[in-house]
Amino acid sequence: MVDIDLSMVNWARAQFALTAMYHWIFVPLTLGLSFLCAFFESIYVRTGNKEWKSITRFWMTLFGINFAIGVATGIILEFQFGTNWSNYSWIVGDIFGAPLAIEGIFAFFLEATFFAVMFFGWNRVSKKFHLFSTWMVAIGSNLSAVWILVANGWMQNPVGMAFNPETARFEMQSFLDVVFNPVAVSKFVHTSSSGFLFASLFVLSISCWYLIKGRHIQMAKKSIVVASVFGLLSSSYVVFTGDESAYVVAQKQPMKLAAIEGLYKGQTRAPIVAAGILNPKKQTGDDQDPFLVKVEIPYLLSLLANRSLNSFVPGIDDLVYGNEQQNIEGVASKISKGKTAINNLAQFKQARKENNTQKADISLKKFKENQEYMGYGYLNKPEDAVPPVAIPYYAFHIMVALGSLFPVLFAVFLFYVLKGSITQKKWLLPIGLVSGFLGLLAQESGWAVAEVGRQPWAINGLLPVHMSTTNLSAINVQITFFMFLGLFTILLAAEISIMLKQISIGPEEGH
Amino acid sequence: MISSLDYATLQQLWWIICSIVGALFLFLTFVQGGQTLLWQVAKTDLEKSLVINSLGRKWEMPFTTLVLFGGALFAAFPKFYATSFGGAYWVWMLILFSFIIQAVSYEYRKKPNNLFGSTVYELFLFINGSIGVLLIGAAVGTFYTGSNFTLDLYNRVTWDYSLLGINLRGLEAAFSLFNLSLGIFLVFNARVLGALYLLNSIDLSSTPNLESRLRKNAWNSFLIALPFLLYVLISILFMKGFSIDNAGAVSLASSKYLSNLLAMPYLLVLLLVGIILVLYGVFSSSFKGTNNGIWFSGIGTVFVGLVVLCLPAFNNTAFYPSKLDLQSSLTIHNASSSMYTLTTMTYVAIGIPFVLAYVIYVWKLMDSKKLTVQEVTDEESY
Repeated sequence: MVDIDLSMVNWARAQFALTAMYHWIFVPLTLGLSFLCAFFESIYVRTGNKEWKSITRFWMTLFGINFAIGVATGIILEFQFGTNWSNYSWIVGDIFGAPLAIEGIFAFFLEATFFAVMFFGWNRVSKKFHLFSTWMVAIGSNLSAVWILVANGWMQNPVGMAFNPETARFEMQSFLDVVFNPVAVSKFVHTSSSGFLFASLFVLSISCWYLIKGRHIQMAKKSIVVASVFGLLSSSYVVFTGDESAYVVAQKQPMKLAAIEGLYKGQTRAPIVAAGILNPKKQTGDDQDPFLVKVEIPYLLSLLANRSLNSFVPGIDDLVYGNEQQNIEGVASKISKGKTAINNLAQFKQARKENNTQKADISLKKFKENQEYMGYGYLNKPEDAVPPVAIPYYAFHIMVALGSLFPVLFAVFLFYVLKGSITQKKWLLPIGLVSGFLGLLAQESGWAVAEVGRQPWAINGLLPVHMSTTNLSAINVQITFFMFLGLFTILLAAEISIMLKQISIGPEEGH
Repeated sequence: MISSLDYATLQQLWWIICSIVGALFLFLTFVQGGQTLLWQVAKTDLEKSLVINSLGRKWEMPFTTLVLFGGALFAAFPKFYATSFGGAYWVWMLILFSFIIQAVSYEYRKKPNNLFGSTVYELFLFINGSIGVLLIGAAVGTFYTGSNFTLDLYNRVTWDYSLLGINLRGLEAAFSLFNLSLGIFLVFNARVLGALYLLNSIDLSSTPNLESRLRKNAWNSFLIALPFLLYVLISILFMKGFSIDNAGAVSLASSKYLSNLLAMPYLLVLLLVGIILVLYGVFSSSFKGTNNGIWFSGIGTVFVGLVVLCLPAFNNTAFYPSKLDLQSSLTIHNASSSMYTLTTMTYVAIGIPFVLAYVIYVWKLMDSKKLTVQEVTDEESY
């Protein structure tokens, strides 16, 4: 095999994180704001009230500014699989390519076609067709989330495929298993509803700013009503789907669950860490306490992970070093089996090249005995199977804390705005104003939980990240990394500047 | 019916589907071509507004089609996706950058506080229309001229072309006169299409200068495009090609593409009809004062594009050949997805005509009235 350039791997990893996290600023907003625009416009079409039209067009203007940079930061993600992760693209392209192609055919064209009507069709098509177009943009955006999360869900929990030694790649066996992968389903419902939540916070945030400034008060109040209802519904749903996601993670990715909880020693009736500071000196396998301080809620982790108070939740040590009592195999033995599988595969390929059928058959038979461990064969030591704990741990706890706060926030806003006393609640408005930023923090944290928690794997348990890259010297990826960093930062600055100006212009003159 | 298709047929079918998407992209580069015409044909702010708003209603179409082209190749020919994108790294990266800067430019160009002023965003659009399209042409050119890679037993790509000790990772595609000519032809063909599209989409009654500049630029761009097209076509007839024998071994064969054309006469017909349609569209718009040339030249471009993409892939030809190691060359048979995946994707593709239908319906609905001066000054506009 070709030698792996680890510096290239880390730059490629950094580049993916950079581009994905930039993209992730704009996407959740698109997912939710498109529906909010559709709600506002539906009210306008039903009531015929021009004020709702003005509200619709104001939020649509902000939607458009956000959408453009979302598209700009998105194109690179699809092609990056090829440019930086070409080995990955070959090994799993037979499965992974399909959802991306389907996303292009069915979701992107829906968005692209009806986006033009949404913005420039006000006087070109009928009122009803315009409303229909706005809904199509919302549905198109969320359909695109379905397919990209089917692809991502498959990386977390690879199903519906088998390894083909002849081609040395994974090949699809069941499209329906890939689409209805439980991880993909729970990811989609959790991610799209969190996008609705974030967009509601965005609307709430800007409306609060108007109320603080005493401008556009009617428009701000009306927007708060719609955003709070949508936000309350979606944030309650986010909590529910979050619980479901944690359960699925516990079942399919126990190492990720152990990392986000900082759980090293597995337990029955395991408590959950409500809050705590990790011990930065802690290493996998040593005897140090993983926490400097922590507050726990008893039994809750067992309940969350296995839906049973008395169940055992494995910790990092159990998963790395094995736990005979609980029938958990350690990584060392998996690595050794994996290395055997890799050798047998190499012998098989060599025999095929030499047209030695007998040798090929024997090697293939041996390979099949251990092939499910092949991915582990690329790890050097058992501890390599552990993700960096601190990032997913803190990200998870920030996400959960904020996620529990938001439903309360929306309920309070809805209560006061319906009561008609929202403008007098001077203490509440600044909280609403910053809530948009908290929403963004929760979004990025969610991304970190899902993707950093998946390390060291590109495909969970099958293909480590460092075996997925292109055979490319690090300098190329370094240059493109800084090109993306520079360009995206410049574009983000322009986006924020334009957005702030449009907000300050406000709804009447906003278009 | 789909489940009874054999593997080889599915592979050919998917190459045709990918080629149709690629050829439609070439038609849609009228947006890119229009972007490079902006400074030449629009001298006043009003004229600029008309051009930008006309193109701005369509800019997502070539963008989305390009993304679909990438996605379809990933799903159907993952080895090509991995080899070409990972191998010819810099060509694809630069193409992507040119599309990233396009995506924000229409929306941000005229918005207050856009930090850089409208000229910078217009420059972004120009770069996308010129360098972006040129490099796409150069990349397609390597289907004929070959690239510098080897694949190991596990299909990992090693790219090897150094200049002064630097591995150029695909940029060397621009050193071939053939690749460059194809790229330049596409840039100027896009300008022809851009001018024809704008003639069709804008109500030019109050901007006669814009109209005459568009007609003149359509013709001038065509005159520049023509010699490059002729060079590409004549080269194709005489150049060596990468032929596959029955055992799957690749070798260089003289006049391979000429014999492909003769073996597949329908491609020859498509090519000739395509060129005639492009010519007719340009002529009628430049000299007869018609405004519907875009449809003739556009459909002509689709036909020519189909031939350019199918010719090096069918009739036992390697579509992504390696000059370094002929046996590493990619063919539609060794680069494709599994039979299961291709079959599944073929079921999915049944939805494509439906997508095309609503795209065309909405396009007609939105373009039933021409873009007027009043619309870009009074209403929501870029």
